[in-house]
Amino acid sequence: MKRRTLFLTFAALASACTGTLSAADLRAIPGDSVYRFDATLSDQSGTEFHLGERRGRPLLVAMFYTSCRYVCPLIIDSVKGVEHALSETERAHLGFLLISLDPARDDTAALKSVFDKRKLDAARWTLARTSESNVRTLAALLGVRYRALADGEFNHTSALVLLDGEGRRIDSSEALGATPDPKFLASVRNALEISTK
Amino acid sequence: MRLAALLMTVLLPGAAADDFVRLPGQAAFTSILKYTDSDGKVPIAPFELMTTPVTNAQFLAFVVTHPEWRRGTAPSVFAEARYLSHWGGPLSLGAAAEAAQPVTHVSWFAARAYCEANNARLPTWSEWEYAAAADATRADARKDPAWRDRILGWYAKPANVPLARVGQGSPDLHGVHDLHGLVWEWVDDYAAMLVSADNRNQADPDVLTFCGAGALATDDRENYAVLMRIAMLSALEAHNTTGSLGFRCARGARGDVQ
Repeated sequence: MKRRTLFLTFAALASACTGTLSAADLRAIPGDSVYRFDATLSDQSGTEFHLGERRGRPLLVAMFYTSCRYVCPLIIDSVKGVEHALSETERAHLGFLLISLDPARDDTAALKSVFDKRKLDAARWTLARTSESNVRTLAALLGVRYRALADGEFNHTSALVLLDGEGRRIDSSEALGATPDPKFLASVRNALEISTK
Repeated sequence: MRLAALLMTVLLPGAAADDFVRLPGQAAFTSILKYTDSDGKVPIAPFELMTTPVTNAQFLAFVVTHPEWRRGTAPSVFAEARYLSHWGGPLSLGAAAEAAQPVTHVSWFAARAYCEANNARLPTWSEWEYAAAADATRADARKDPAWRDRILGWYAKPANVPLARVGQGSPDLHGVHDLHGLVWEWVDDYAAMLVSADNRNQADPDVLTFCGAGALATDDRENYAVLMRIAMLSALEAHNTTGSLGFRCARGARGDVQ
């Protein structure tokens, strides 16, 4: 496992230098993996990364936007709920990625502000933005449905999506709140167990 | 590879360059979807739309130059197993797919990739609905019972007969063919139409779906043809393909991607 992580780190570094994942890198990813989508995102510090660089450990993904008053804080609460329900060891092997539905308004500063306000742990958490076109593709890949409203808000479904280490959709949960759905939590634990074997 | 594409264009009459026509748009188009936030009035900026759905030949030319979108190569996350399953092979149409028939068995991801490769995009639902409201003489013929009957007639036809070629018959007022009566068509925001207006209601995904439907009102219950499209598109996921679902591309009014 350690060697593989190291390899992935090198692969990630190499691709960061060339700008995109090579065709060979992409082909090595399973066909049913979300990581087949070669999207460039940028995080709450403005650092760019490729979606596929998250390969290697399970990932909890959700979509949100920072100006949202009702559900989006709840989405962060829900992801934190999963984080807190896990043991320290389990937590260390899981990543949390929240992608903005609203790249026009969610610039790096807006992401950073929520990141700090919610005291998210940079070792695990990423708040990210990407192009509007990528947002639509990512939402489709994750099964998130959304619609921009006339007043600039968004209607959206609020799935937490669990990806395995290869980026395959394993499970999702629409239950919001600080107490995670036990079935979903079991899926997370199961994915962690498989990936750390 | 470029040579192959060139040959394809020469050998396949249906593989001509995409033909776009300009539509003037409308400041406040009355959509059949009456969301509570917009009261069903949608601004449609001028845009260009392909005069016909994308054909098998045009899509073949695309996969020739874009190997990652060939059947058997495209990852299943972007296109399910039925993707282009009616073709003879990854690079041949075969007996069951005619060059000038609309391409079907294409996923939303594949349709989008095709349009992007041609400096275009998928139309939005509003653009599609606006374009499809026209008949030969009027930009909005939707209130005419004869227009409705003609469109509904298509739904009564069995789906197991081979698809007609694109561009048969006379175009509408804008010069566009086949918006009704040939295939269903992907739109860019197909997944957005039935999202609940109240996103605090999250208890159960099934409830959410019904809330989504409830968030819509329509005073146009007679327009079954368009409502059926919405229901059908909303039931799909982006990697799905069906034998009666194709697409066409749109672009900004001056040829720029908008």
